[in-house]
Amino acid sequence: MRDVSIIGIGQTPVGELWDKSLRHLAHDAVVAAMRDAGIERADALYVGNMLSGELAEQEHLGALIADFVGLRGIEAFKIEAACGSGAAALRLGYMAVAGGLHDLVIVCGVEKMTDAPGADTTSALALAADQEYEVTHGLSFVALNALLMRRYMHEYNVPHSAFAGFSVNAHRNGAGNPNAMFQSPITAAAYQQAAMIADPINLMDSSPICDGAAAVVLVPSDWAGHGRGAVRILASASATDSLAIHDRRDPLFLEAAYLSSQKAYRQAGVTPADIDLFELHDAFSIMSALSLEATGFARRGEGVRWAEDDGARIAIDGELPISTMGGLKARGHPVGATGVYQVVEVVQQLRGEAGVNQVRDARIGMAQNIGGSGATVITHILAAE
Amino acid sequence: MRIARNWRTRQQRYSLVGEVCTQCGHKIFPPRDVCPHCTQPAQLPYALSGRGEVFSYTTMTSAPQGFEEYLPYTVALVKLEEGPMLTAQLTDVDPDEVRIGMPVEMVTRKIREDGEAGQILYGYKFRPLLERQTAT
Repeated sequence: MRDVSIIGIGQTPVGELWDKSLRHLAHDAVVAAMRDAGIERADALYVGNMLSGELAEQEHLGALIADFVGLRGIEAFKIEAACGSGAAALRLGYMAVAGGLHDLVIVCGVEKMTDAPGADTTSALALAADQEYEVTHGLSFVALNALLMRRYMHEYNVPHSAFAGFSVNAHRNGAGNPNAMFQSPITAAAYQQAAMIADPINLMDSSPICDGAAAVVLVPSDWAGHGRGAVRILASASATDSLAIHDRRDPLFLEAAYLSSQKAYRQAGVTPADIDLFELHDAFSIMSALSLEATGFARRGEGVRWAEDDGARIAIDGELPISTMGGLKARGHPVGATGVYQVVEVVQQLRGEAGVNQVRDARIGMAQNIGGSGATVITHILAAE
Repeated sequence: MRIARNWRTRQQRYSLVGEVCTQCGHKIFPPRDVCPHCTQPAQLPYALSGRGEVFSYTTMTSAPQGFEEYLPYTVALVKLEEGPMLTAQLTDVDPDEVRIGMPVEMVTRKIREDGEAGQILYGYKFRPLLERQTAT
């Protein structure tokens, strides 16, 4: 096994990008990452994407994007693991470079969601859940998260308002990220008054439907040198759970998040206390609480306490900065691209290139990307060279 | 909707036919052929009673395609008395009266129609347990 480093990053702004097609979004991110890395060729391109077939009526993205960015001829595949597709593609790229099969790999996450009508997108997102035993009963992806949030509030006797800090923190950080979809701060009061989607989940608990693409360039760490740009991947680990929430041993414990983070901590030789910032999968505010518990930052039922005081302890200058560039909630959640955005943002932090959102003395950062309601969870731990 | 796919799950949707593990005895629903508790083969059919309680619930105000006309409707995780949990709609109940822990029982209802000329999908929903209501 070889150590693997990231030597280039690229990202498009996230939002309703009607003037950009799927292939143009991917192009912009890949070309930016190649330019940042100072490379003109690659051995392979792995594309993380969830919904191109459903929403853009286009599959076969590996070859499509390789050709479109001027890399015709190289190995290229699309990787799908629902909302975890981006980190799954990175994991595959990591395995290829660590295993010595490739030396220069580009990983791109891309999603184009806003061309389709809202109902189509709602149905498409539900493809991440169990079609025969969840979705067939009329559940949306929001509804599944609402079931978790309601149970959490019941079991731990937590009011809805206790989650406000996750959303307030994400929007506060989104305001400092020029690529974020939402760049305005919100108040806890605005969180409380937001329109209900599936009780208890309201609009401010939920990440937005959007378009975007992000990319990274991977090389063996021996090649990367110790220049400004290189960030080492200390750990890459994934784990699975049942697709359906009702099939889990304990619906309020994200077992795959626990398993993948434990593997990642062991690989990296670190503990949660060593993590300087954490890009977690805040697709819904309940997922923030559950993620913090499964990854060892909080005891069961206490993940939500990180949101106290408008999220002061998870702010940029807090004890554990999370969603430092806005997270899924404010940067946006272009589903198959999200896992790559998270890692790009950790690289920005570790390079000291996060602008007004810079976490001071950031040395080790973690990103955790979740597919579905917790069935695929992929954790990466990165460190400045 | 896919006709053959819905036909394959008819015993589950109409009669809650799951499985029982011959190794460890756990009841399993939905059926999965490998016991999730002991990972041994588990293909012995077992019909569940259809009685359980609400583990969690939500009322939907926007719906996936094909369910728009039924809004608003309440969906739940139901913990069956034999142990397994499943996901289903609640019926015959005011959404404001649903509570976690509420005893419920299975009924067979229309889940959705695929347009005027299309398939009608029937299956399990859960309503507040009637026997207990009349007994008190």
